[in-house]
Amino acid sequence: MLFNIAIKNLFGAKLRTSLNVFVTSISFFLVIFVSGMYDGMREYAKNITIETEVAGGTYWHREYDSMDPRTFENSHSIIPNQIKKLIDQKYAFEVLVSQASIYPNGRIMPVVMKGITPDQTIINMPTNVLNQHNDITIPVLIGSGMAKNANLKIGDSFTIRWLDADRTYDADEGTIVHIMETENFKLDLGHIWIPISKAQSMLAMKDQATYVTYDKDLEVIKDIEDWIHHDVDYMIRDMEAMIKADEPGAQVMYSILLALAAMGIFNAQVLSIFGRGKEIGTLMALGMTRSRVVTLFTLEGGLNALLSSVITLIMFGPVLFYFGREGIPLPMDYTEMGMLVAKRLIPVYSFSLIVSTTILISIIVLIVSYIPSRKITKMKPTEALRGRAAV
Amino acid sequence: METKNVINIKNLVKRFPVGKDYFTALQNVNLKLTEGEFIGLVGPSGSGKTTLLNIIGGLDSATEGSVSVLGNSMDNTSHNERAIIRRKYMGFIFQSYNLLPVYSVFENVELPLILNNIEKSEREKKVSQAIEWVGLSDKKNSKSADMSGGECQRTAIARAIVHEPALLLADEPTANLDAKNSHNIMKILSKLNSEISTSFVFATHDEKIMGYLRRIIHLEDGKIINDEKISKLESL
Repeated sequence: MLFNIAIKNLFGAKLRTSLNVFVTSISFFLVIFVSGMYDGMREYAKNITIETEVAGGTYWHREYDSMDPRTFENSHSIIPNQIKKLIDQKYAFEVLVSQASIYPNGRIMPVVMKGITPDQTIINMPTNVLNQHNDITIPVLIGSGMAKNANLKIGDSFTIRWLDADRTYDADEGTIVHIMETENFKLDLGHIWIPISKAQSMLAMKDQATYVTYDKDLEVIKDIEDWIHHDVDYMIRDMEAMIKADEPGAQVMYSILLALAAMGIFNAQVLSIFGRGKEIGTLMALGMTRSRVVTLFTLEGGLNALLSSVITLIMFGPVLFYFGREGIPLPMDYTEMGMLVAKRLIPVYSFSLIVSTTILISIIVLIVSYIPSRKITKMKPTEALRGRAAV
Repeated sequence: METKNVINIKNLVKRFPVGKDYFTALQNVNLKLTEGEFIGLVGPSGSGKTTLLNIIGGLDSATEGSVSVLGNSMDNTSHNERAIIRRKYMGFIFQSYNLLPVYSVFENVELPLILNNIEKSEREKKVSQAIEWVGLSDKKNSKSADMSGGECQRTAIARAIVHEPALLLADEPTANLDAKNSHNIMKILSKLNSEISTSFVFATHDEKIMGYLRRIIHLEDGKIINDEKISKLESL
């Protein structure tokens, strides 16, 4: 009985229902959209690291520590056979890491020089450009951030100085052959990329490498001598730690969004219910008990939330889908600030985000329907009949 | 034939708090109403007629004294018990109609039957009959916003009588209507009173409808000053 009356009230009051549903739908949309952007930002940082750097995982020379440049000098050796097989099958590629200095435009800049297999296709990096310049002494690939910092452009040449395996300083001329646009600042800032064969020859480290990155979905090799295996989880542990450290912040932001949405819903719902004081009084005069009146209005709130989630899906679903696919262009490049933030941010609407938002907003709607109707039914019916309900 | 007591009020006092003091709206009211009576509580504004009507209807409670309606004591009863008594045995007509604006005439009239859990097929029959009684068969799908004051009040009457209550309480039912509509409404109510056994109690100070009443209880300053029985109907 109450359900039928609630349905009738909901669809009968077109303007009131439209306004309530619109406010609730906007709240649904905003909470999901903004939280999705935030989640997308965090998810992006992880994905971009995997796509451009980590792939399926890596095998490191035992001395190598990517965060400590002092280890670079000693972290190289002949690649273990089992790993070498992967490279030969093109399921992996090797990288030789060393410290170097470059002298662009008369300035000195310390850099990390990395020799990489040019024809690798395992990570998203245009290394193939290093293959096309046999006439150049040392073809160099850099990122746009590095190019900007060093004021370099394609075709510019500069001196590179390095320390080889015999502990002898050597120098030669490098030429920029390509400037890549990458959103992973760890490949860009302070890095120069050269062909692996050239690096091995320059450093007198024939067939040696510092680490090997392998393709996704490959089994881990056990027999890797004294090299160390690091899986994706290890490689993105700093990202995960950052995300975890950021979780309270994300929860605070979600709570603020939810509170703002709740205020909007509360305003619309409370005004609509208090505006119906006379109606509540009439229902009580006709013999509806207080508890039934409260149940009716709470039920209406529940139906309102249900209708709002459907309307959100219809009205804002395409908008969320569009941004989820095309992304949102950001006004500035955050990579220079050492942040892995995409130039186009793709929001991620996780199942848990949608479900938790729907449940929480529905609870809010139920509460803000229950409280005012309960308050009105606590009044004398004679007062309610006069429409004297006050917020 | 023995007539049933519908309302039995003894030594009723009603006081409302006003700041730190009290305003006495009704003092020592004693009243009996039997089945099928058609009475008016008449008096100027502030005389206590609406308060008395509300107490009879269980919308308000007495400060002192006892009130029994249709054999049910209204003293010390809970809100829920009073709501059930209203739902089953009473009908209300309000000065400003109190129709639910999102409902059609049919739906407004159907509401008391829904609250009384009447089957759908029986509901349709009873609602159609009530709407026909008040002459609104052609307006059954209209909403209150599209109707005149007279039509709205006729809808309210249909809603009040659709479940054939034992007692119908009307608070200034003609106050918002012109003379022609007031007479129409009173004719409908008088006719209903003669056709069904429902007792009618009006709170009014509208001179136009006095002629329809068969018993007039004059109230002044919360006291009954005269209880007048009219032997002959003037306007029917």
